[in-house]
Amino acid sequence: MYGGFWQKVADLDRRWIYLVIGLATFIPVLTYIRVPVSITSEVSAVYDKLDSLPRGTVVMVPMEFGPSTMAELQPMATAVLRHCFSRDLKVISTALQIEGVILVEQVLRETAMEYSKNYGVDYVFLGYKPSPDMVILNMGENFRNSFPRDYYGIELDSLSMMNGISNYSNTACIVNINATSGVDYWINYANGRYGADLALGVTAVIATDYYAFLHSGQIFGLMGGLKGAAEYERLIGRPRDIANRAMTSVSVAHVFIILFIIIGNAAFFANRRKDRS
Amino acid sequence: MRREVPLTIVFICGAFMAFQYFVPHYASATVYEYALNWTTIISIFTLAVGIGSLVNLHSDRIARRKPTWRYSIVTLAALAFMTILGVSSPDALSNPTGLFMKVYFYILSPVQATMFALLAFFIASAAYRAFRAKTLLATLLLLSAVIVMLGRVWVGDMLTGWLPEGLRFSYVANYILDFPNTAAKQAIYIGVGLGVAGTTLKIILGIERTWLGGGK
Amino acid sequence: MGPILKRFFLDLSFPLLIFSVLIVKPCVAVDRKPTIKDPESPGDYVFRYKTLAPDPGPPGRLIAADAPNDAGGTIIVSWGKAPGDNGIFDTVKGYIVYRSEAPDTGFSMLTRLPAGSGSYSDASPENGRSYYYRVASIYADDTLMAAETAGAIPRTQFFHTRRILVLLFMLFFSGAAIFLISHSKKGGDLYIRPIAGIDAVDEAIGRATEMGRPILFVPGLGEASRVATIAAFTILGRVARKVAEYQTRIIVPNYDPVVMTICQEVVKEAYAAAGRPEAFDVKDVYFVTQDQFPYTASVNGTMLRERPATNFYMGMFYAESLILAETGFVAGSIQIAGTDQLIQIPFFIASCDYTLMGEELYAASAYLSREPQQLGTLKAQDWGKVAAILLTGAGIIAYLFSRGAGDALKAWVIGG
Repeated sequence: MYGGFWQKVADLDRRWIYLVIGLATFIPVLTYIRVPVSITSEVSAVYDKLDSLPRGTVVMVPMEFGPSTMAELQPMATAVLRHCFSRDLKVISTALQIEGVILVEQVLRETAMEYSKNYGVDYVFLGYKPSPDMVILNMGENFRNSFPRDYYGIELDSLSMMNGISNYSNTACIVNINATSGVDYWINYANGRYGADLALGVTAVIATDYYAFLHSGQIFGLMGGLKGAAEYERLIGRPRDIANRAMTSVSVAHVFIILFIIIGNAAFFANRRKDRS
Repeated sequence: MRREVPLTIVFICGAFMAFQYFVPHYASATVYEYALNWTTIISIFTLAVGIGSLVNLHSDRIARRKPTWRYSIVTLAALAFMTILGVSSPDALSNPTGLFMKVYFYILSPVQATMFALLAFFIASAAYRAFRAKTLLATLLLLSAVIVMLGRVWVGDMLTGWLPEGLRFSYVANYILDFPNTAAKQAIYIGVGLGVAGTTLKIILGIERTWLGGGK
Repeated sequence: MGPILKRFFLDLSFPLLIFSVLIVKPCVAVDRKPTIKDPESPGDYVFRYKTLAPDPGPPGRLIAADAPNDAGGTIIVSWGKAPGDNGIFDTVKGYIVYRSEAPDTGFSMLTRLPAGSGSYSDASPENGRSYYYRVASIYADDTLMAAETAGAIPRTQFFHTRRILVLLFMLFFSGAAIFLISHSKKGGDLYIRPIAGIDAVDEAIGRATEMGRPILFVPGLGEASRVATIAAFTILGRVARKVAEYQTRIIVPNYDPVVMTICQEVVKEAYAAAGRPEAFDVKDVYFVTQDQFPYTASVNGTMLRERPATNFYMGMFYAESLILAETGFVAGSIQIAGTDQLIQIPFFIASCDYTLMGEELYAASAYLSREPQQLGTLKAQDWGKVAAILLTGAGIIAYLFSRGAGDALKAWVIGG
């Protein structure tokens, strides 16, 4: 019976695991439980950079996420844009992932409305063009090479904010919110080729890949996943926004996954001992 | 000639692009931008090839009444519906109350978010099955996974808050991400970068020819 | 007297310091502005000593220079900050940059920049013509203060001097590859360690034939121009050749239309080389969609319906890697994966039977063919790694020597 029990545990139907994880992520969403979120240096670096810029400085916040990754990156994008608009920074944005163009436009427009920002004066949305590597390269020479007109069909030269703004060298920094492999193009071309100051906001699963670039100095800041978004919301003084609220679910899910790992290892060792005896 | 012409084109273009990187002269930059623009144009035309294959495949399934032929009808109907809808209304992308945007926000977005959410469940089942302390390396993998998972949320500090700061899960998790993880990835990146350089050199010199479609 | 003076300062210096702060503090105008970063621990106040602000003046030394290492048409104008522009006094409202084609007259406004700016990149000049710049600082009541003029001529450069290390490495690598190819052609032995994932390919194909179930080959989500996808074509060619010989079915769903056309050619050629061109079904190598998760859903459905005996995941994968691999496990398939996407490798290792990591995938063509040209280039990569290790060691030594030396070496290596 002892061996049978642990064998059943080792061969547990994965649907039980799915059920427990589903409940563990869903139930905390029903209520707001405040959890501590520690601020890391790589997220602080992004906040400090934007916070140090003089009012009226132009920054670039290109956003490439779609419906599948909006849960992690939309709160991050919203927090960064709120910070920029509250500091009266002027924002240029693009959306080089086709599935996310509409989402990015909505985030930009709605956040700008919160701060009574005017299009063409305080922010510009260039929109989408295919082949992100070519677009990022072309923008390093001149934004108008890839985007003679913005997303709404307005000529760039007729927008007051774009006067004297030709390429990356006319922006203070780039904060790229990206869920795609296009992050590598921003690092290789925008920073590597054109020397732009670059920070990244990426999903948690690919964030670990970019610590190497943080240490080499190719990026000055890194925000990873929902935790990075929660940290940024704390830094801008909005601890009850959606990323912080979702951290409870993330915490509970992590705990249950670790419990399953412990149970699985217990079953493994119990069965191995039984086999040896 | 079927192979020699593309190999010659690849050699000339590859060698030019390699040396263009070192020549900032405006003539070189002009040719480079011209090539980039052509690449963008060609990549759009290849979509027509893909759509043709998709329609061909599903039409054949419907015609032969293969087991999943009803789903092929749904696929082709959805393709036609969204294409006609997007092309027929000039403000499809900018009108939030239009049918195109409603389909995007209320069907496509939730479906894609659902697929991504599957990862949470699959990670749990994969971790349950694979994270077993069978060998020393597997044990190290298991321990570092546990520490990083707990260190990224408040539970880690709750469990280890009584320890000195350098031993708490959040600190150790950041240490693992900052140093062993970074060192290993940088090493693999160097290998991958050299691999890319080697493969690119083989393609330019015509040693690697599989992209031509197989055979010698 | 010496010890008395010493004792006087040691005993009284601290009380004197406190006294002076208490007296001086109320004498200056203090403008407090809270800068709250965290609502749980308010703090940080910015003080501005407006009575101590310097008199208005023009910006510091003005320099105009041709932007280096570019195609021309760009002049970089830089200047020292004007008095009062240091983040404490904030009496400077901004700067205006003027340009003219004559040194003394005809200046027109180019742009206005906020306070704190120290440089501007003018991308509109024509090569070979002289341009002159002035920068004026703007104070209250729109008072402008400008001083000197600086001029420059934009020119195009023929060589990017900051990329010389890259050029040297490229020449070294190419030379090493040519030397090693020649060495291998003359019969020299070049050792390659065993790669379990590639060795398992034949065994996996045999398993599928015995079970009478098809093979699923997923070439990843990359474009045809990506090296990982090109490596996937090589492995697909070998797999397709074996599949044709064993009369097993192969299914290749594609994410990219160009990759699909190449895969069709590769599989078709493989069937022709195996002497069975009539067995090739073009509908088994098909395009699905260029959307990540719909593609994943389609491949998952194929796995669960067709129940392939063997799944190959070769190429570029992203978040869908674990979804594909777990579904393949549910379907009971043996799985061999290979990708250069480092963050997906752990997921494949956890859920697949064999995994090719990074450059092991690129080495597949050399490993399978054993041709001298392929082996020589593979060994050149090893030489490249030695060079990278030596450079890393040089960097460590430079930083141990002095931070300046390390930073200089780093700047030279990174280039521009």
